[in-house]
Amino acid sequence: MVVSPTEHAEHAEHAEPAEDAAPATAGTVTLRVNGREHTLRTDHRVTLLDLLREHLGLTGPKKGCDHGQCGACTVLLDGRRANSCLLLAVAHNGAEVVTVEGLAAITPGGGPHPLQRAFLRRDAFQCGFCTPGQLCSAVGALAEAAAGHPSAVTPEAALAEPGRPVEPTAPELRERLSGNLCRCGAYPAIVRAVADTVTDGAADGDGDGDSDSEAGPGADAAAAPTPGGGPV
Amino acid sequence: MKPFGYVRAGSLREAAAAYAAHPDPRYLGGGTNLVDLMKLGVETPATLIDVSRLPLDAVEERPGGGLRIGATARNSDVAAHPLVRTHHPLVSRALLAGASGQLRNIATIGGNLLQRTRCPYFQDVSKACNKRLPGTGCAALEGVHREHAVLGHSAHCIATHPSDLAVALAALDADIELYGGDGSGGTDDDGDGDGDGTRTVAATDFHRLPGDHPERDTVIRPGELVTAVLLPAPAPGAVSLYRKVRDRASYAFALASVAAVLDLDPATGRVRHVALALGGLAHRPWRATTAERALTGAVPDADTVRRAVDAELDRARPLRDNAHKVVLARNLARDALTTLTTLAATARRAP
Repeated sequence: MVVSPTEHAEHAEHAEPAEDAAPATAGTVTLRVNGREHTLRTDHRVTLLDLLREHLGLTGPKKGCDHGQCGACTVLLDGRRANSCLLLAVAHNGAEVVTVEGLAAITPGGGPHPLQRAFLRRDAFQCGFCTPGQLCSAVGALAEAAAGHPSAVTPEAALAEPGRPVEPTAPELRERLSGNLCRCGAYPAIVRAVADTVTDGAADGDGDGDSDSEAGPGADAAAAPTPGGGPV
Repeated sequence: MKPFGYVRAGSLREAAAAYAAHPDPRYLGGGTNLVDLMKLGVETPATLIDVSRLPLDAVEERPGGGLRIGATARNSDVAAHPLVRTHHPLVSRALLAGASGQLRNIATIGGNLLQRTRCPYFQDVSKACNKRLPGTGCAALEGVHREHAVLGHSAHCIATHPSDLAVALAALDADIELYGGDGSGGTDDDGDGDGDGTRTVAATDFHRLPGDHPERDTVIRPGELVTAVLLPAPAPGAVSLYRKVRDRASYAFALASVAAVLDLDPATGRVRHVALALGGLAHRPWRATTAERALTGAVPDADTVRRAVDAELDRARPLRDNAHKVVLARNLARDALTTLTTLAATARRAP
């Protein structure tokens, strides 16, 4: 697949062929990735995952299944978690992307991100292949819960009361992170790590996970991007 | 993947015109199914017409209290929307029962309804499949089919429809709004004479049974676009639920699912309205009209519910390896109706 940097990005949206000609099969894409703008000429078949890995050298997002089933490719797209393997780069011209490499930069006061520190403290991985996707997914999941998005296990009463943050209990976290598979089976430690960042706020405590639970759900919202908005 | 052209449509008219003007086109929404099928070689479009940024992502109240959900609204946003949660929590529940958090952030409502079956033989281009390539046969008939259809299947196809949302819409008697088709830039044959180029199809008529043409999942015409889902106003006092049985607790397609709506007469305790739709069992959401007829006007006690559900599922024709799905569906439907009967009675007693 042909991908090369180009200096002529301004006609990206008009890469259509002249009438009756075979349609062009490549176009120009501008993306803001981890705070830096990149303009690339790319074959239409290139997914965001391939663009990040093969052309921008960002190998944090992993190609596990390449079919949206494992979550290892999860990144934040315009502040929301998404499977980058199923996104055609050309369809997301102008998007803001944050990969695991960029999580530190969106952390108030500098990185690592509280979730990264919690994963280390809780030993929330073995081989580490799924970890970049787990981290990006957890950032998105906590932001969704803080913004009041329900999940399949959210109780009826909470579902019926829009506008309130959803308390990210362990069952909520397990459900919300189900799109990220871990073949080493580190799930219990992953849930503990993510729960730590909820209860610890900045997640720099001793990791006992209950020191300031009165802070309540959503206390960590400031550490995560808001759904629909750019990274905080 | 085969090389393809890409066009981003700025309006519905533009989308329909681009569809007519380009070779072998497909509309692209969120792409969570289409891009996957392109990787698998199941879909080989020459041109993608990107409709994902059309301004069709609103959720609005309609005159009379119904809802209009735009086709490009994302599954996660619709599930979280206050109007959907308060008017039709069944729709939120069905959406949240499907896929994963990151897929729901990308997948659109229109795409959810138009997603293809996950039959492994459909997704494997080396296998016979009448849905993918009409006339080649059905490898699933004698193959691995423990998750396939038990109702309404044909000798040509035993695939099931994977959408949870579609099951909820069938139970709610929703309508699907469609635009364009046949390159005309709008058919406007819904009889309302408003000239907006749209027609509406009842959700219960939108998806098809396979019959002799399993390649057609729905009644959508070539070039037609889903523009919205139209939900009726909820009946005061009616209760509803969505339940799903699957091989793992989350992030899996349904072995069986049920969407049910129940409205009891507060004076007599008799069924004024009941809608029962079953998912994961057929080529389309299975509206259990036989069971509904048996329940309407009756007091839904345990015996009546059992007889009604049995009357429906006695029509099931399980395959060699999926008889368990009939048992699952029977238990699921009975339990749903019993739960709703209790809920309706409780709702009635509440001040």
